[in-house]
Amino acid sequence: MTASNGSAFEQPASFAFDAESEAEIAKIVARYPEGRQASAVIPALYIAQRQMKRQTGSAWVPVKAMDAVGARLGMAPIRVYEVCTFYFMFNTKPVGTYHLQVCTTTPCWLRGSDQVTEACRKATGIKGWGETSEDGVFTMTEVECLGACVNAPILQVDDDFYEDMDAEKVTALLAALRRGERPTPGSMAGRQTSAPDGGPTTLTSLNFAPEA
Amino acid sequence: MPKLTIDGIEVEVPAGSTILQAAEQAGIEIPRFCYHERLSIAGNCRMCLVEVEKTPPKPIASCGYPVAEGMVVHTDSPMVRKGRRGVMEFLLINHPLDCPICDQGGECDLQDQAMGFGADHSRYDENKRAVPDKNLGPLVKTSMNRCIHCTRCIRFITEVAGVPDLGATARGEHMEVGTYVEKALGSELSGNIIDLCPVGALTSKPYAFVARPWELAKVDSIDVLDAVGTNVRIDARGTEVLRILPRINEDVNEEWLGDKSRFSIDGLKRRRLDRPWVREGGKLRAATWDEAFAAIAAKLKPLPGDRIGAIAGDLVDAESVLALKDLLASLGSTNVDCRQDGARLDASRRDFYCFNTSIAGIEEADAILLVGSNPRREAPVLNARIRKAWLASGLPIGMIGTDGDLTYPVTDLGASATILTDLHAGTGDFAKILAAAKKPMIVVGQGALARPDGSAILAAAWRLAAQVGALSRDWHGFNVLHTAAGRVGALDLGFVPGPNGKTADAMLSGGVDLLWLLGADEFDPSRIAAGTFVVYQGHHGDAGAHRADVILPGAAYTEKSGTYVNTEGRAQRGFMAVYPPGEAREDWTILRAFSAVIGKTLPYDTIDALRKRMEQVNPVFGRIGHLARFGCSDHTGPAGDPSVLSDSPLGSSIRNYYQTDPISRSSPTMAACVDAQSVHSLAAE
Repeated sequence: MTASNGSAFEQPASFAFDAESEAEIAKIVARYPEGRQASAVIPALYIAQRQMKRQTGSAWVPVKAMDAVGARLGMAPIRVYEVCTFYFMFNTKPVGTYHLQVCTTTPCWLRGSDQVTEACRKATGIKGWGETSEDGVFTMTEVECLGACVNAPILQVDDDFYEDMDAEKVTALLAALRRGERPTPGSMAGRQTSAPDGGPTTLTSLNFAPEA
Repeated sequence: MPKLTIDGIEVEVPAGSTILQAAEQAGIEIPRFCYHERLSIAGNCRMCLVEVEKTPPKPIASCGYPVAEGMVVHTDSPMVRKGRRGVMEFLLINHPLDCPICDQGGECDLQDQAMGFGADHSRYDENKRAVPDKNLGPLVKTSMNRCIHCTRCIRFITEVAGVPDLGATARGEHMEVGTYVEKALGSELSGNIIDLCPVGALTSKPYAFVARPWELAKVDSIDVLDAVGTNVRIDARGTEVLRILPRINEDVNEEWLGDKSRFSIDGLKRRRLDRPWVREGGKLRAATWDEAFAAIAAKLKPLPGDRIGAIAGDLVDAESVLALKDLLASLGSTNVDCRQDGARLDASRRDFYCFNTSIAGIEEADAILLVGSNPRREAPVLNARIRKAWLASGLPIGMIGTDGDLTYPVTDLGASATILTDLHAGTGDFAKILAAAKKPMIVVGQGALARPDGSAILAAAWRLAAQVGALSRDWHGFNVLHTAAGRVGALDLGFVPGPNGKTADAMLSGGVDLLWLLGADEFDPSRIAAGTFVVYQGHHGDAGAHRADVILPGAAYTEKSGTYVNTEGRAQRGFMAVYPPGEAREDWTILRAFSAVIGKTLPYDTIDALRKRMEQVNPVFGRIGHLARFGCSDHTGPAGDPSVLSDSPLGSSIRNYYQTDPISRSSPTMAACVDAQSVHSLAAE
């Protein structure tokens, strides 16, 4: 099958939901009234993408998987293609084991996303956006605002946010990923969620601990 | 009904109308690209901006804005002009400046509206975006750089055609209209997206770089490649038909046209009979008209009327049918038949063989039963009307002899004709649906009639119609869906065996010694008995001509002025667009000339005199374009015993939509369509 998106990679010849995916889909489809199963298309595509990750190590949605989603939800295949290509969270071509998503929208850019990008490039050997490193471990894409501006800059790895990044932390994180570790996501500067750097500065006298 | 003022003109429009529709009623044209009256509203081109008083001070897209009482609209204020100029500037940012090599040039909405509403120059000097062209099969050519993303094609193919193949993938700057996975469009109505495309992104592949619209002579005609009687316009240059486009007729085809009718015109230039031929010593040799006539006359002389017969084909005009019938009558023969496929049609009453509900009437129906018919293949434009009715009301549609996707859900009732008996007995859920329906329709296809128990099926279908209330004073729900454009006209003129006359079957199997085939090709010519002298009069060297002893070259539908009666029983008239090739002549004149040779001169010298005679035979021919809808008060059914139904499975008479007649069989484009559909997924060209 030739996809008209100029793809130079191979599409798998078939795709079928495994038992785990099928169980998840059934749960989601049940949320919508009869005849409105098409509403489940976005979660179903996620499920397909995760299944690909489980089975091949690369989280992407091949055309056959989109067809499977269409068949499962009673949608024309093209309607699924439209949704799947609209959202950049769905990868329509294979990605590396780790999908590095660098937010370069204004707040992150002001807080140093250029350094984050540069560090990613250096550590992985990737030259441009959307490319996969030669060893197939990393894919780096540019994404728009991830909605975590208060902890900018952000580097999203697969589904996890690594916040308050800088070049050093990126290098350390990627080295850890290469070793097969998965550092705890969240602020890399050690702050609690998005509380001020160095700990709370207001309302410090109040004790919110539940009364014994 | 709200009243509003548009540019100082007060109009009253139905509630729920949009400003654009109200403006149309007021006679004010609002420019648009994405809006189309037969498609859902998208509101994405923003060309139809207007200013409405007492709303936030910004232009409003009139195509999707409902009218309200007392609204005051301006369609030509400075704000509107500025807004439209801005929209046009944005549309042109990524539109290539290739009008000189674009097939849409001269009939392009973008060109016209850029002249009317655009600026005189561009301020854009960045790079334009480039979009790869798509391969949509052998009919539709794409130049996707020109696409302005109006989504008309997507909406048409999804809503009207019911074959959702097209979509808009990716988004923003990267949005592309296409199929994503390369494939030929699977719809029989795909050519209509060429007409709908307001720019040159979708153009006709066979017509690519052939002509400019202003070079073409435009002639109104009627399509004959199915029995819908689609109103068409033939665009010709010199002696060549270059393209065929639909004309608007709300009662027949709205503004759609089937792909076969639109694209098989290259078949009009191939395998044509352009001179008379006479068989001598087993071989055909080119002859003159005089020689050909003499050969027939010599053969004819000793024969009694009883041994002479004629069969009319599927594409014939009513004029030549009547001339042929009169000619045979003057020779003392009533051996005439227009049912070359052996369809057991009963010509004794008009509503036994017409689509009585009418095509527009389908929208009133509340249940449909299809018997041995696949309207998608037999009459795609009519099928679109059924789909329209289904979209509007969700009416239940049952089918005896299911095959394939009809673009709407169908209840499969089985394949045996005996199911008609069960339905009549009230067995099964669908019998209850039919009985409960107020305006049920029963559609009998040629696949149900062209078989030994055809008359039984016809009678059983009628009996069922009478029983479920499909035949009432103001509703006629009994329908025969024809596939041959000439069939109803021939039945109207009584081109069926008279008393003691022989049927097509009998004539083919040696019942006559001289057989006159008027464009009759849809049977195996080897069925014709060896001793029969065959005269073939027609325009293509197809099955009939191969068996002929004398060939008389006639005119195709684009080359003659002719009257055709569609499946509804609506008489319509087409005009001559080009001259027949070589020595070929209009068919009725051939018959008139031959009648003079044998001294039985037909009593008409002009086509008007012939048409007057047609009107005498059947007054239907005096009301061109008009269709009177009748209810049915006489429930006496057609001849046939409804109880002798056979068990053999019913199915459509057409297996291959693209090749059904001599013209489409000669068309390379249609052959390419067959290939594309059988592969279905095309390799890159």
